[in-house]
Amino acid sequence: MAEFYWIPALAGGLLIGVSATMLLVFNGRIAGISGIVSGSLGWAADRQWRRLFVVGMVLGGVFYEYGLAVSPTPQPMAGVWPMVLGGFLVGFGTRLGNGCTSGHGVCGLGRLSVRSLAAVVTFLSTAMVTVYITRHVLTLG
Amino acid sequence: MNQTFIALLSGLLFGLGLGLSQMIDRQRVLGFLDVTGTWDPTLLFVLGGAVAVTAVAFRFVLRLPHPIFAKTFRLPTKPDIDAPLLAGAALFGIGWGISGYCPGPGIVALVLVSWQPLVFVAALVVGMATYQGYQSATRASK
Repeated sequence: MAEFYWIPALAGGLLIGVSATMLLVFNGRIAGISGIVSGSLGWAADRQWRRLFVVGMVLGGVFYEYGLAVSPTPQPMAGVWPMVLGGFLVGFGTRLGNGCTSGHGVCGLGRLSVRSLAAVVTFLSTAMVTVYITRHVLTLG
Repeated sequence: MNQTFIALLSGLLFGLGLGLSQMIDRQRVLGFLDVTGTWDPTLLFVLGGAVAVTAVAFRFVLRLPHPIFAKTFRLPTKPDIDAPLLAGAALFGIGWGISGYCPGPGIVALVLVSWQPLVFVAALVVGMATYQGYQSATRASK
């Protein structure tokens, strides 16, 4: 691992914090990606700003990957089932639990919400146990 | 008009942040979650940096009478830690551990033009739609 890996990580984290602050101070909205995506799919009356946020995210990704990135982001191999099962559980779970890493993590912890802290501790724990099982018990890689 | 511009710009910064911090690399995220393997602390710096900003800035922002371009702040109102919150968070964590993607990085990783994020995002949408269906079904039966 590169010695200064934490500098872009911290800088990226700060940008995410600034983005969430902007959305709150100007629009009064919480930058929770799972909620924004779910609301952009056609069930919410105010889906337009959500769709633009998602478009912005992709544009930001393009700007990074094809502009700023020193080397292309690695794409490690993965089977199709981890993506299908993982994606489904992330989609269902984040709606049932009202948030993901951004809504409960970045914004909820920022608001000092105990409910969000409980969610963060829960999803980090189950994620770590899952990786332990897939990598070290089932040795799926 | 102003609000749509902010939504686009804020999304752009968010996506840029996820790219710069390497969260669109599944291996980084899985490396962080793999606490008994060769642990990768990257995600800690990303979440730490983001929360450092929101924890300070939100205190001031939420003292404003209203947002600059909107009438009210739309904040989550549920105060209690209930079963759906914990069950949902637990399922999300399992899915995150299996795929290495949470919603934000999964979507931004679409720019890598590879099939993995594409399949992940499609399944994510199906999962969200399934919850929506499950919720309307339980509401109808009450």
